[in-house]
Amino acid sequence: MLRFNILVLACLSYATLLFVVAFWAEKRAEAGRLGWLRSPWVYTLSLSVYCTAWTFYGAVGYAVRSGLEFVTIYLGPSLMMIGWWWILRKLVRIGRVQRITSVADLISSRYGKSTTLGVLVTLLAVIGTTPYIALQLQSVALSFAVFGANDPTGAVLPDLDKTALWVATGLALFTTLFGTRNLDANERHHGVVTAIALEAIVKFMALVAVGVFVVWGLSDGVGDLMARIDASPVSQHPIMGTRWIALTMLSAAALITLPRMFQVLVVENSDENHVFTAGWAFPLYLFGMSLFVIPIAVVGLEVLPQGSNPDMFVLTLPLHYDHRVLATLSFLGGFSSATSMVIVAAIALSTMVSNHIVMPIWLSSRSGGAMVSGDVRRVVLYARRLSIFGVLALGYLYFHFSGGSEALASIGMISFTGVAQVLPAMLGGIFWRGATRIGAIGGVVLGFIVWAYTMFLPSFGAASGFTPELLANGPFGLTFLRPQALFGVEGVDPVVHAICWSLALNTVLFILGSLLSFPRPVERLQGAQFVNVFEHSGSTRGWSHGFAEAEDLLVMAQRILGPAEAQNLFQSEAEAQGKEGYLPDTTPAFIERLEREMAGSVGAATAHAMLGQIAGGVLVSVEDLMAVADETAQMMEHSSQLEMKSDELARTARQLREANEKLTALSIQKDAFLSQISHELRTPMTSIRAFSEILREAGHSGEMDAESLERFSTIIHDEAQRLTRLLDDLLDLSVLENGQVSLNWARANLHDVIDRALHASSEAGGGVRLLIRRTELSEHIAIETDPDRLAQVFINLIANVRKYCDAPRPELTIHVRRKNDDRLQIDFIDNGFGIPKDKQAVIFEKFSRLTDHAKAGGAGLGLAICREIMANLGGTIAYLPGQGGAAFRLELPRVRLRD
Amino acid sequence: MGQRVLLIEDEPNIIEAIRFILSRDGWTVETHADGATAVAAVERKRPDVIILDVMLPNKSGFEILRELREMADHAARPVLMLTARGQKKDREMAEAAGVSHFMTKPFSNTEMLEVVRRLASGASGAGADEAHV
Repeated sequence: MLRFNILVLACLSYATLLFVVAFWAEKRAEAGRLGWLRSPWVYTLSLSVYCTAWTFYGAVGYAVRSGLEFVTIYLGPSLMMIGWWWILRKLVRIGRVQRITSVADLISSRYGKSTTLGVLVTLLAVIGTTPYIALQLQSVALSFAVFGANDPTGAVLPDLDKTALWVATGLALFTTLFGTRNLDANERHHGVVTAIALEAIVKFMALVAVGVFVVWGLSDGVGDLMARIDASPVSQHPIMGTRWIALTMLSAAALITLPRMFQVLVVENSDENHVFTAGWAFPLYLFGMSLFVIPIAVVGLEVLPQGSNPDMFVLTLPLHYDHRVLATLSFLGGFSSATSMVIVAAIALSTMVSNHIVMPIWLSSRSGGAMVSGDVRRVVLYARRLSIFGVLALGYLYFHFSGGSEALASIGMISFTGVAQVLPAMLGGIFWRGATRIGAIGGVVLGFIVWAYTMFLPSFGAASGFTPELLANGPFGLTFLRPQALFGVEGVDPVVHAICWSLALNTVLFILGSLLSFPRPVERLQGAQFVNVFEHSGSTRGWSHGFAEAEDLLVMAQRILGPAEAQNLFQSEAEAQGKEGYLPDTTPAFIERLEREMAGSVGAATAHAMLGQIAGGVLVSVEDLMAVADETAQMMEHSSQLEMKSDELARTARQLREANEKLTALSIQKDAFLSQISHELRTPMTSIRAFSEILREAGHSGEMDAESLERFSTIIHDEAQRLTRLLDDLLDLSVLENGQVSLNWARANLHDVIDRALHASSEAGGGVRLLIRRTELSEHIAIETDPDRLAQVFINLIANVRKYCDAPRPELTIHVRRKNDDRLQIDFIDNGFGIPKDKQAVIFEKFSRLTDHAKAGGAGLGLAICREIMANLGGTIAYLPGQGGAAFRLELPRVRLRD
Repeated sequence: MGQRVLLIEDEPNIIEAIRFILSRDGWTVETHADGATAVAAVERKRPDVIILDVMLPNKSGFEILRELREMADHAARPVLMLTARGQKKDREMAEAAGVSHFMTKPFSNTEMLEVVRRLASGASGAGADEAHV
C-alpha cells in the first residue's frame, strides 16, 4: 500500500515543478525568446483546461450512472472545433483587433461599451463558475482522502475541509504570482499557459496509463473487454435522443462561453493560425481522453467493492491492485485537471471582476474621475490580486457550505448551462448588425433568471426553498410555474428542460429586444466593427478630432500605463507628427491608439469610459458615427481612406502654417527683444534717477529725516544691483547663444553637483522653507561635464520653485535615472499648480515672465539661460507636462560628446 | 491746489518715487496696479490727472487709454503716459490713442511735476464741476 506521506511529497514536488516551469517560461518570454512558447501545440494543449476533474474523474462516474451519454461532453467541443471553426476564427480575430480581455469585455464592447452588460456577464460568470471551482477543490480533497483511507499505517486521515483550504490558498498564490505579473492582457501569461500545457500532458498520460492498465492488465485485451462491456450494466442505459442533442449543443457552447475557455482560446491566442492546428489536434486529444472511460467504468464496477464511489474509479482501481506508481500518476493527473481549471478560471474571472466591477466603482467613487491623484495601474493590479483571492475564497466557501456531496457531473452541467446564457448575445453580436444592447441585456437577464429558477436553485434542494411540494405544484399553487415543468411542458428530462427553456427564452427576448429597440450610435459603430471584422483591418474609429487636451490624456495615460511607458508613447507620437516636446496633437488616430493601449490594461469599456470622462462626456459626434455605421463595409473602407487623406492634408496645412508663423516670429523677435531690453533696463533706472534727484534736492535744502534718507538710498542700491544682475544675465546669455562660452569640462559626481546647488540656493533662499525630496542613492553617477554650469542650471530651477511654487508647503522632488548607458535624466518636480498649458511653449523664451514683474524680481532670463547651458553641455531641458506641479526634465550625456 | 492724481503703475519703487514727488507738492495721490480693473478705478475715483504706465499686468496702457477715450466722461480727462520702452512707435501709438502727454522713463522729477501741474490747470475748465464736488 502506498504511504500517504509519499503522496504528499510527490504532490508538493509536482507543484514545485509547475512553479519552476512557469517561472522559466515567464523569464524566457521576458527575454523575448518566445520560440516554441508560441507554438500551436502549446496553444492546443492549453485548450485542455476544458478537461477538468469532472472529465478526469467524473466521466467514469457519469458513464456508470448514464452509460454512453458522457460522450456528449467531448462531442460538443469537437464539433465546434471541426465544424464551426469559423466562429472561433472570428472570435479570435475580434479578440485581437479589439484587445478583448474577457467574455464580459467582448459583450460589453460589442454593445456600445456598455457597463451594465459588463457587470451582468461578470456576475453570471462568477455565479456559474464558483460551484465549478468548488468542485475542483472537492475532487483534490477527495482524492487525498482516498489515499489517506488506504494508508497502511492508518495514521493520517486528512480533513477534507482543511485540504481544500490549503489547495485553494496554494492556487491563489500561484495565480497571483503568474497571473498578475504584467497588466497588459495582450502580453499574455506565458508562464501559466506553459504550466497548463505541461499539466495537459500529465493528465492525458495518466488517464491513458490507467486505461491501458485496465484493458491489458486487468482484462485480456480488447476482445475480452468488449465482452465484459456487453455484459455490464453500463451498456444497458438507453440513449435518449433529446438529451444527446441538448448536451452536445451545450458542450459546444461551453467551449466558447466558459470564462476559462475564452481566456485560453481567445485572450491567450498569439496567432490566428493556431486555431487551425487546434481544429484537428484538440478533438484528437479529447478522443484520447474519452477512449478508456467505458473500460474503466465497466472493470471498476466489476472488481471494486459494492458502494465504491464511481467518480473515484480512476484512482481506486490502481490503488485496489496496489499499483503505486500508476496510482500516483493517476492522482497527479486528477490534480493537474483540477488545478489548471482553477488557475485559468481565476485569471479570467479576476480580469472581469476588476475591469467591470472594481474599476468602474473606483472610477465613479472619485469625483473628477481619472484626473485625481493615485496610480490606476497599481489599483488595477491590486484589484486583480484581490479578485483572485476573492474568486478562490468563494469557491472554497461554496465547497465548505454545500458539504461537497453532489455528483461531479451535475455541477458541471449546471455551470455549463449558466455561462451558456451569454451565447445568444455573443453569437448575435458577432454575426448580426441589428443586435442591440437592450436585446442583449434582456436576453441575458431572462436566461439567467430561468436558469436559476429551473436548475441552479433547485440543485441546492429544500434548503433554498425549492421543496418537493414546490417542484410538484409550483409556487403559490401556480402549476404553470413549476420549476421543472414550465408552462405545462411535462415529462421532459429536467436538464433538457432547463437548457431549452433558458436558452430559448433568452434568444427570443434577445431577438425581440434587438428588433424593437433603436441602437445608440456607439453600438452601431461597435456592431459594424465586430460583424465586419474581416473586412477592415480593425481600427476602432470614432474619436472625433480635438476633443481632448493632450496633457489631460497624458496625465491619465501615465496612471494606467505607468509614467515611462506613457511618456514614451506620447513622445513617439509627437515625433511622428513632427512636433517638439512630449505632447502630440490629439488626432483621432492617436486617441484610437491610446484607447487600444489602455484597453490592454483595463479593458476596452473602461478605457473608453476614461477617455470619455476626459472628453467631458461627448465621445463622438453623432454625425460621424451614423455616417460610418450606416455605410456598407465597403463604403466604410472607402470613407476611412478618405478621412485619412483629409487628415493628412490638414496636417500638412498645419505644418506649413506653423513654419510660416515661425519665420514671421523670428523677424519680429529681434525688435521685441530690443524693446524688452529697453524696458528691463529703464525700469530700475527710473527709480534710481527719481530717488537720486530727490536726495540731491534734500542735500540742498537739508529737510529730510534720516529714515527716509536711508530708505531711498536702499532703493537706489537695490535697483542698481538689479541692473547689474540683468546685465550679467544678458551677457551670459549672449555668450552662451553664440557658442563662445568656454566650458570647464571635468569629472564630477552628480550627487555633489546637486548638493552644491541646493546649498547655494538655500543661502540665497530667504525665509521660505522648501522641502527637498531626492533619492540620493541613485544620484551617485560619475559624469563628465562643466560642474559649475550644471550647478547654475540646478540653482536656477530651485530658485524658480522658491519664487513661483504656490503650494502652502512647497516641495521639490529631484529624481535622477539613467535613460541608457550614455544619457541621464534628471527631473525637477514641485508640488505647486504647475505652468498653464498655453504658457508652456514660451517659458524658455527670453523675458518670458509669467507673473508680475515685481514679485519675481528677475527679468525672465533664467530658463533661457538654462536652455542655452544645457545645449552647450550636449543636453536638453524640457517642460514635462502632466506631473501635477511644475516639472522640468533635463537630459544629459554622461561623458563629453566630441564633435 | 489740492487736486487728485490717479497713478496706474505696478513697479513699487516707481510708485513710491512719484507719490513722494507729487504729495510734497500738495497732490492727493491714489494708486492702482492692475491693468484689467484700471478703467473701473478711473470711473470710481474720477481723478484730475491720470498717470498711466504702458506695461501693466493683464491689460496694456494703450488699451486702457483707448477705452477711456471712448467714454464721454473721460474723453477729455488728462492722461500722462509713462513708458520704459520709449520707441518712436510707442509715442505714435499713444498719440493716436489720444494721450495728453507722453514721457519716457527715466524721467526728470521737475519735468514730471510741471507736466502734471500743467495738465491739471488745462483740464480744470472741463472737469471743474466734478472735481470740486
